[in-house]
Amino acid sequence: MRAGIILFPGINRERDIAIALEQSLGHKPRLIWHRETELAGIDLAVIPGGFSYGDYLRAGAMAAQSPVMRAVADHAARGGYVLGVCNGFQILTETGLLPGALLRNAGLRFLSMDCHLRVERSDTVFTGHYQRGQVFRAPMAHGDGNYFADAATLDRLEGENLVALRYAEPDGAITARANLNGSARNIAGILSPNLRVLGLMPHPENLVDKLMGGADGKPLFDSLADIGKAA
Amino acid sequence: MDQAIDATLARSFGLSHEEYGRVLSIMGRTPSLTELGIFSVMWSEHCSYKSSRVWLKTLPTKAPWVIHGPGENAGVVDIGDGLAAIFKMESHNHPSFIEPYQGAATGVGGILRDVFTMGARPIANLNALRFGDPSLPVTKRVVDGVVRGIGGYGNCVGVPTVGGETNFHSSYSGNPLVNAMTVGIARQDKIFLSAAAGIGNPVVYVGSKTGRDGIHGATMASTEFAADSEEKRPTVQVGDPFIEKLLIEACLELMTTDAIVAIQDMGAAGLTSSSVEMAGKGGVGIELDLDSVPQREAGMSAYEMMLSESQERMLMVLDPAREAMARAIFEKWELDFAVIGRITDTGRIVVRHRGRIEADIPLHPLAEQAPLYERPYSEPLKPASLGPVEDPSGLEAALLALLACPDLASKRWIWDQYDATVGGQTVKRPGQADAAIVKIDGSRTALALTTDCTPRYCAADPETGGAQAVAEAWRNITATGATPLAVTDNLNFGNPEKPAIMGQIVAAIRGMGNACSALDFPVVSGNVSLYNETEGRPILPTPAIGGLGVIEDAAKAVGIALKPGLDLVLIGETRGELGQSLWLREILHREDGAPPAIDLDAERRNGDFVRRLILDGRIAACHDIADGGLLVAVAEMALAGNTGATLHPIQSALAPHAFWFGEDQARYVLAAADSAAILRDAQARSIPARLLGSAAGAELTLPDGTAISLTDIRAANERFFAAWFA
Repeated sequence: MRAGIILFPGINRERDIAIALEQSLGHKPRLIWHRETELAGIDLAVIPGGFSYGDYLRAGAMAAQSPVMRAVADHAARGGYVLGVCNGFQILTETGLLPGALLRNAGLRFLSMDCHLRVERSDTVFTGHYQRGQVFRAPMAHGDGNYFADAATLDRLEGENLVALRYAEPDGAITARANLNGSARNIAGILSPNLRVLGLMPHPENLVDKLMGGADGKPLFDSLADIGKAA
Repeated sequence: MDQAIDATLARSFGLSHEEYGRVLSIMGRTPSLTELGIFSVMWSEHCSYKSSRVWLKTLPTKAPWVIHGPGENAGVVDIGDGLAAIFKMESHNHPSFIEPYQGAATGVGGILRDVFTMGARPIANLNALRFGDPSLPVTKRVVDGVVRGIGGYGNCVGVPTVGGETNFHSSYSGNPLVNAMTVGIARQDKIFLSAAAGIGNPVVYVGSKTGRDGIHGATMASTEFAADSEEKRPTVQVGDPFIEKLLIEACLELMTTDAIVAIQDMGAAGLTSSSVEMAGKGGVGIELDLDSVPQREAGMSAYEMMLSESQERMLMVLDPAREAMARAIFEKWELDFAVIGRITDTGRIVVRHRGRIEADIPLHPLAEQAPLYERPYSEPLKPASLGPVEDPSGLEAALLALLACPDLASKRWIWDQYDATVGGQTVKRPGQADAAIVKIDGSRTALALTTDCTPRYCAADPETGGAQAVAEAWRNITATGATPLAVTDNLNFGNPEKPAIMGQIVAAIRGMGNACSALDFPVVSGNVSLYNETEGRPILPTPAIGGLGVIEDAAKAVGIALKPGLDLVLIGETRGELGQSLWLREILHREDGAPPAIDLDAERRNGDFVRRLILDGRIAACHDIADGGLLVAVAEMALAGNTGATLHPIQSALAPHAFWFGEDQARYVLAAADSAAILRDAQARSIPARLLGSAAGAELTLPDGTAISLTDIRAANERFFAAWFA
């Protein structure tokens, strides 16, 4: 499995995701500058968190217009894998690779804390090392994580089973209290119809080592390491 | 400009009659407006430390592990493996009252630049905040803006905000304190300094364009506030954390090469202080051509450009052979890069603009003849000790009242707005340990970071308060298992021209110096903020200490969380000191008496004992005893671990409220499985220690048998911010 991390000016969790990928893959992922126009030789493109272009226009909106995102779209169209975390998720919705939008958090404040995520399906390359219904902990750190889509889109996502992760209580209950940023139907992460693009707001890459308080996020990267292994 | 240049104008720039006389004698003529501006900012309190310098020189600054002490952009200490920690704390008090969001945000930006300008990648931010009376609407506005500003900047640049402290007192109502600290890591053989060298070398400007913002900010930071202070809003700078992030990456990329001869950020007094200090330290001259300066606005004068405090700008002296390569790096990051001058051998700063020489000043006298005052001071009187006080409330009611008061209330509302995990190296986040623990990427080593000061102690007895601030920082680092290495100080006081205020400064520095010496905890960087007064009313003296320690194996660091089945052990002597305690203030509504005595020998002995136990793996949790005393410390450990405890009745001659709420120093609460062995070892070393009780369940059972549920304790502790910002 060969991974590449897309770098936009203002991205700031590229080293975090590189550490998590390297730990599970056993090799350093490639770094891909935003001016590059082709993604040759990688299986997985990762768009990390941060504040691309300062989030000054709208989170992810400017990065979505950059040359490398056309290459990411081509990569996805060829059936390549794409993971967008936090700002990366916002960029994926801005490019239309995933539906919906991330609005300001319901409380209108930046939220930095651990949340609990319930795994809605485990038959994807992103979640294979989790069990369906399993709850894991992950830090979140965002001001614009409130997932929004119209009711028809939400119904389609649910109907096609494309919701990957939901904000939950530690026991798995889906409650308003667990839904810290106010996301529609507690949605924390969604998949493309071919299950090869995942966008999520929280940061499993920041919880892959007991020393940092837990390894709850590590199965996600272990799952990705299986890409290309005997299917 | 047709303005007459005379002593009256000089006074409006903040220069006294005598100081203006000195300008005339150095120049041998009437200065130009730009020259007068340069003198006024370089000789401002903020840039020259003219009131505090004679006293700052008395602080201990050396140790075998200190690589660079005060005098560089930030302090540098050896942390092993060829690495250095580079850190400093700096105030942005005045701007944060006038415009809280931008004032706090640019405070974070400024201190970040002080650290990465030396070649370090910033790995942690902390902030020490003091706000006014929470019942005033203005305090709520300032708290909200400052917290949003710190978060808005730090979250965007991607440096985790991992710690700090927040207190409230009415003396800060018109003058809040925002002290921001940044810590970075560099290789010891890749540390960059600011002394310019190489006659003919290009002087290069990088970063944001220059605008008219922040002109005379350094002078504003050197005067008292009056009722019209909000009219000074135009002198507050506006931050752009996105540009700062690009600047960090571009500078660090350039720093992997050998292109940079010298580098300094443009902080207070902008282009003036960076160019004057770089050339002055290098013993060379500098010529600037302002027509080449990237400008955001049309028609700016030389005066405006030299004094602008536009943010996110750096000045570098480059090896001319590397100029093209350096330019390519900054173009890649889409930042301005402009050669705006040359290093000369004249020993002068010469500023050209539109074909005219706007300033031509000899650098040596500008630095050497800068004013230096031994201001008159009155030695503070030692307060009378408190004497016995009655307990009107009992332990349970007092504990809940203390945990609910703004100073002890959970600060979760604040830290939940700061990204504490970016970077992926945060071992102990806010609230989990007495000091934040941040690991160094690719190493087992971690840093322990804290900020501390107890202003009410400093007001009652500045010398004891100064020593206590240092001792508490040392103790907080020790309580994680780390070895304290060095401090940065941020001295916030009122108007030094008043002998009583100057007396506070002198006594606090004396106390700090004694503690730093006794604890081998030297001062390696710092900042002084004076004139913190509003309409003649000074703030409490607030010498904030930023402490840094190191632990070789991050996995050995402990936090404060109780776990079931452990015993609780008290280390240190308890005399029941209630003078200046929070119990006295919250229960009896009195703010008098002497602060707890500082015994630096006991501090060291007890701390070294505790640290050894932690590193030997014999302790599961440790918390120092500070504001609120022993019972508050135990309750905080219970909340952090979501585990209750049963406290035994104590055989003591002290009244229960003095024993449980006294703020005696040099004490720790340990949670350990084998308490008997620890008590034995303590006895063998003549260290006071006693068994307090044991941890289990979901209630805290007080020594009088009263049981309080953790749910009730947590509700009391969380109530203040939840209600304030509901």
